[in-house]
Order: sequence, then C-alpha cells, then structure tokens
Amino acid sequence: MNALSRRAFTTGGGAIVLAFSLDPRNSLAEDAKLPGDLQTNRMLDAWIRIDGDGGATVFTGKVELGQGIVTALAQIAAEELDLPLGRVHMVSGDTARTPNEGITSGSQSVEYGGTALRFAGAEVRAILLDAAAKKLGVAPETLTVSAGTISAADGRKVTYAELAGGLDLKREATAKIAPKPAKAHTIVGTSVKRFDIPKKVTGGLAYVQDMRPAGMLHGRVVRPPRYGSKLDGVDEAAAKAMPGVVAVVRDGSFLGVVAAREEQAIAARAALIKSARWTLGPALPDPAAIHEHLLSLPAEATVISDKRAPALANVPAGAQVMEATYRKPYMSHGSIGPSCALAEFKDGKVTVWTHSQGVFPNRARLAEALGMDVADVRAIHAEGSGCYGHNGADDVALDAALLARAVPGKPVRVQWMRDDEFGWEPYGAAMVMKAKATLHEGRIVDWNYDVWSNTHSSRPSEAGGVNLLAAWYLADPKKPAPPHNIPQPAGGGDRNAVPLYDFPRQHVVNHLIKEMPLRVSALRTLGAYANVFALESFMDEIALAAGADPVAFRLGHLTDPRARAVVEAVAKKAGWTPGQKGGEGRGRGIAFAKYKNLASYVAIVADIEVDRSSGAVRVPGAFAAVDAGQIINPDGLTNQVEGGMIQSTSWTLKEEVRFTADGIASLDWETYPILTMPEVPHIEVELIDRPTERSLGAGECAQGPMVAAIANAFAHATGRRLRDLPFAPARVKAALG
Amino acid sequence: MTVSLKVNGATHSVPAEPDTPLLYVLRNDLALNGAKFGCGLSQCGACTVIVDGQSVRSCVMPIGSLAESEVTTIEGLGTIDRPHPLQQAFIDEQAAQCGYCINGMLMTAKALLARDPHPTDAQVREGLALNLCRCGTHNRIVRAVLRAADVMGRS
Repeated sequence: MNALSRRAFTTGGGAIVLAFSLDPRNSLAEDAKLPGDLQTNRMLDAWIRIDGDGGATVFTGKVELGQGIVTALAQIAAEELDLPLGRVHMVSGDTARTPNEGITSGSQSVEYGGTALRFAGAEVRAILLDAAAKKLGVAPETLTVSAGTISAADGRKVTYAELAGGLDLKREATAKIAPKPAKAHTIVGTSVKRFDIPKKVTGGLAYVQDMRPAGMLHGRVVRPPRYGSKLDGVDEAAAKAMPGVVAVVRDGSFLGVVAAREEQAIAARAALIKSARWTLGPALPDPAAIHEHLLSLPAEATVISDKRAPALANVPAGAQVMEATYRKPYMSHGSIGPSCALAEFKDGKVTVWTHSQGVFPNRARLAEALGMDVADVRAIHAEGSGCYGHNGADDVALDAALLARAVPGKPVRVQWMRDDEFGWEPYGAAMVMKAKATLHEGRIVDWNYDVWSNTHSSRPSEAGGVNLLAAWYLADPKKPAPPHNIPQPAGGGDRNAVPLYDFPRQHVVNHLIKEMPLRVSALRTLGAYANVFALESFMDEIALAAGADPVAFRLGHLTDPRARAVVEAVAKKAGWTPGQKGGEGRGRGIAFAKYKNLASYVAIVADIEVDRSSGAVRVPGAFAAVDAGQIINPDGLTNQVEGGMIQSTSWTLKEEVRFTADGIASLDWETYPILTMPEVPHIEVELIDRPTERSLGAGECAQGPMVAAIANAFAHATGRRLRDLPFAPARVKAALG
Repeated sequence: MTVSLKVNGATHSVPAEPDTPLLYVLRNDLALNGAKFGCGLSQCGACTVIVDGQSVRSCVMPIGSLAESEVTTIEGLGTIDRPHPLQQAFIDEQAAQCGYCINGMLMTAKALLARDPHPTDAQVREGLALNLCRCGTHNRIVRAVLRAADVMGRS
C-alpha cells in the first residue's frame, strides 16, 4: 500500500547492476553550482526514475534513523513530480544504487537531500511535460499535470507510464526549472503519516535486526576488558566444541564466534570471555577529576569569533565582571537496540547490511580494514534502533564482515550485547566551558568564552585512518584517523559556542584536546548541547545580576527578527510573567538557540520541581516555539522537537557514563539510567511556519535550549545555580546544602 | 532437543534447549519480528510478550517453563491490513520515532488495558514505567494507549 512497504531487503550479494550513471569527473570546479546534494551527485537519473507503471523510484543517500526523513523526502519528490505519495517508491542508502550523500547527520537531510530532490523533481517533471508536448503536438506550457497524468487543453491525455520508456534522464541536472512555489504545495507542509510506522507496530520486517536470509548464522564478538588490551590466549578448542558453534574467529586481539543458533553464539561468547587472557591496556583516568585531567592535556586553541569593536580599553566604572565554569560529563547514545549488522561473502565480494548513518564512508573503511577493493564491498542501509549519532552501527558492520569471512556463502548476523554497546560505543565527549562577561548599565559589553573538548567526530568518514573498532585490534592493526574539530560555522566541540546575541565585543576560543581517555564521537548536537547549556545559563546569571527579566534581557540583546519571534512566541505560549517569583522548589526557566547558528530557531520554557530532601528534580512540563523555515511535515517536526526535549531532559537530569581505572562501568540500564515514562514532561510545541523561507534542519534543534531552560528553572526555583551536569540527586543536595 | 510451545494460538515444536530464552525462539524459529532484543537483562522491555495474560520479558523467560502457557506476540494482535485498535492507535498518534521500543510499549499496554480498560494518563505512565524509550516518544505513546482504551471501550 505505501511506498516503503514495497522496499525489499534484497539479500543477493552477487552481481551489482548500476542503476544510474556515474559522473566520471573528479573536479567539479568548472561546473555550475547546483543546489543541495545535486552539487555532488549531478545526474538526474541518480535521483529519480520514472517507472513503467507511471510511478517514480526515488533514490536518496539519506537514511531513516527514526526521524521520519524518508517520508519527508518522499513528500518533497511527490510534490514536484505531481504524483500521489503512494506512487513514489523510495530507495535509500545503498552503495550500488543511491547517490552518495555522505552521512545522515547534523539535521541536514531536508536542507541538502531535500533540496536536491526538489530541483531534480521539478526538472524531471519538466522533461515529462516536454515529452508529452511533443507527443501531443502542443506547447508544454498549455499542459497540466495531475497524479502522473498530463492533460492538454483539448482533453487529450498522456500518462507518465506511457512516457517512461522513451525518457532519458541520463543527463546532468541544470537546476534551471524552478520548483513549485509554496502556495502550490499540496503534499509538502502536510502531516502525512510516516511510511515505516505500520510495519513497526505489527511485527513487520522493519530493522536490520529482523533480517533472516536463508542459511543465516549468528555471530557474537568478545571485546577486551578495556581499551587497548591485547589478547594473549583463549581456549578456542573448548568454544569450538560447544553446541552449534561453526567457527571461532581470532585475528590478533579481535575475537568472535559464529554459531547456528543465536543463543549458542551467546553461550560461546560467554565461554570465550571466561577463558580469554589479556594484557590490559592503560588504566582510565580518575573519574572524579576527569575534567581537570582533560584540561591538563595539550590542546589546540582556535579563535572562532573575535569582535573587538568598538574598543573597550578599560572596564567602565560601575561595570560588573562575571565568570562561571560549566561542565558536561561523557554521555552515551544509549540506543535501545544494540547495534547489528549482517554480512555475506560470496565470490570474493562482501555485502553488508548496516544501520550506519553513512553507507559510502562505511564501505570505504570496511574495504580498508578487510584489505579489499572498494568495488568488492557493497553496503546497504537497513534501519536499526535509533542511534542519535555515531553509536556502534559502523563497528558492528566490520565485526559481521570479519566473522562472515570465516564462513563464505553464509550470511552472518551479529548483534552486540548490551554491554558491548554501552562499553564500546564512542561517547559524547566530556567538556568544560568557561565564560566571562562584563555587564554595564544593563547590557553585556564584553563577552569571553572558552570551550575544551575532545573531537565530536570520529566517524569512519574521517580521513587518514580507519575509524572502526575491530580494525584497531587486528593482527595487522589499522590506525584511527587523527582527531580534528569540525570547523565553524557548524562547529564540532564549539558548535553554538558563538552567541547569536549582539555583544559589542566578544572573544570565543575552541580548545581541541586530541588525546582521548575514553572513545568519543558524534552524539546528537555535538558540542551544542553543552555550549547552549553554558551560554544560556550564563545569560540567565547575568540577567539576574542586572535585575532584568530573562526574556526581556535576551530580547534586549537579540536583533534577528526570527530569533526574537521564537522567544516571544514561547513566552506567550507558556504564559511567562516578568518578575514571577520562583521558590519552594518550583520555578521556570527560558533558553534560546538557533541550532548550529545555521538551522532551526528554538526557544523553550521549562518548569521544574525540586525536592530539597531527596535532591530529586522533576520537569513536569515544557513549552517550545520552533521556526524551521518551510515545514515539510508538521507532525514529523513536532515529533522531533518533543523527542529532543525529552532526550535532553534525560541527559540533563540523569546521564553520565561511569568508569573506573579498570574500565567502563556503565554497562546496562541500571548503571546508565535514563528518564522513565512517569518522569517525562508534558510538552507543548508551537511551530512557526515560514513557507517562503528555505527549510532549516530541525532534528537536533531542541536539546540545547532544553538543558538551559531546565538549568535556569532550577536557579529560579532554588536560588542556586547548577553548573555541572547531570543534575543528579547527590549534586542537587550538595548545591542546596 | 525439541520443546513445544503455544504461540498466537498455534502449537510449535522448536529445536532448542529448554533453557533457551523465549525471545530467540520467537524471532529465529518462528520468524516473529515484533519482540526485540534490547538488553537481555529484563531491564528495557523491548522484548515484551504476553504469557497467559501477563506481560513478561521474553529475553529472560526460558521456553522450558512455558509448557501449557499461551504466548501472545504483537503479531497475534493484528496485521498491517487489519491492525488491533492498539496498533491502529499507535499509527494514528504517530507514536514512534525509531520504533524499536514500541513492541514492548504496546504489549505492556495490552496487558495493562486487559486489567484496567480505562486507565488515567498517570496510570498509563506508571504502567509503562519499566519500558524504556530513547527517542522521546513517551507522550505520544501515552496518547496512543489512551486513544486505544477509548476505542476499545466503545466497541
């Protein structure tokens, strides 16, 4: 019935037919700039094929992570093609079939992938109209299109199905055909139901975890006791003799097992863990002093904003200088389903089914780690549990390939165990933020901000090494890529570190710490969660010092009309009352950010209840106002914002990766608790639609403002400021002590 | 050895040891995708099924203990073409993001509604307190359960 249910999980790993033309040029410098990801995937047939039944197959390199993106992209394509949504068949994330759109991350899919589909769709529709005009002997501008049927003024009709055979889309996009104006939209801007949900609530084949090709075997891996350990020995024979075990695979310090049945693989893994002898890697630093430890490491400083005019030679008389330091711990992605992949070797080639966010970069590193030609590796996206960034998805793809290599011709399914995921995924980095500002006559006249962090991207896409876990433990080990920071304006550790407020002077410095005591990479928002926490907490502290209302104080420093609009809208929605007193454990706070300073504008008001005796903090309710430009799917956007607010509440109140000198200690949901159903705030989201503005990324827009709104609500309720995350009971009690 | 099981009204004989957790048998022998592996520790609820009317964690339930029991999985409620009111309510409320936890939410809610057909918002939240969701879809899930309760109460 719907388009995605028709998507097949093909399991044939052999011949690959290229469905679209490859652009042979390496340098695009001389080519016209094309919009969105058309710039890097320039051929129309890379994106759209008109099928014999008159529907369209739409190819996207962006992948479904539970954010509803494939439905949103289908809406965009159907809109431009004048096809009903049900006749658009989506193919997503397959190195043999879809355009290479890099990684599905950073709230960029609608902006880049969606823009490409808008222009490609408009152009394909125009080509169809031209073909119809020729056939009918009329001018194309006299034709109209409805649901894939083109009509002439005299009533004659031609369908897309009739034109499909003669259509040549093997041509470079020109982007010269204007997409539909917003007022003509009938599919974009509506809350169509997501394609993937019906099968997910009825036990359909929805996830890579659900794949079950004939002859499939089950694999499990044995990870070391801690980072950098070396495997000295293990009783392989005993494991091999266990029921159902097909192969024990050891390559250096990489160890895994393949068995006929899943529980047999799990039992053999347990036996291998017992008998494995390791030389332990270096001890982890003292968790109680982790931020001091990080600050003690060498760091590469980059000035990312330096606004010195008008010059402020001295602190004016009567000015107040304020300083504060904020800290964020390591946080886990905490996917509910541990990472999973299938791999099959056949005729010297391997096919991997993966929930990686980037099948093309994943394939490239798989090939390097396996010592294979890239052309002999195919990576196909299949959904996994929500990842929220770089979790174990890419790593388990290599695990599956390494195990499948031992049993050619047999597909091997590997799912990490819960402790594999918690113990070995790359965490969101621990961070330190130091802010200093000068307040004079109710205004901030000078702003200084420094942020220290490890990298926020150790994805496989990083150049100069192989960022796949198992690759580092092979007999012929690969080196990880050297860490770097994603540059401004998007930023990595310094994402959202540059304030959007208008300060006459500001100086912002990013400090990239290259040594990584714990493995880290991209967790939803990268550094923005911590930077917005610090920046917006500090704004609140200064407002308080100025005796100003936090809403008015922000508006007083904010000129961007769209930024002002979300702050004003949320204040109105929440019934914000200037001067309202907090106390007796209750309060409310406001915060604002424009994600990445490039994407959606979000302002949030959060309410809080603090139990002084237990230190428990509850967020009973929160309000948000969001401007994401042109909205593709209002309900989908609301779902993302609600989800971001709840996830951020969980991060803020509860989350911290525990470790000791011996290794990671957060290995299950008891040692890494997250927000539970009764603790979840009630949420109201107001969307400010701007149909004539371009769409702004929204998948990660709410986390930053949410943490700061909670922090500010805490201060409002208690008169004390929490500058260290998370706001766990012990810390709260100490603060209120 | 083989063990016999009653799942969604049919009896199956599966080639597994009696101490095998039900989850693996449902997924791998009976090709039922609904119940999910989340933790294997009875902590997250993604694997929830209903055994004799009670919601249980199939990841720690040995099949040998289910001799006379009736196991119901999400596939036993309805199909994609004829969904159960709970399944329809989750679709209507778009109560999923990644959806990996949804099997557990839905099956726990099914057992909850069997005990109490008209729960309050707070009772639904308490009833689902031991099912973890990571995407932040909680409020939609609660709305879906309340909607289903309403629909089921009227039919």
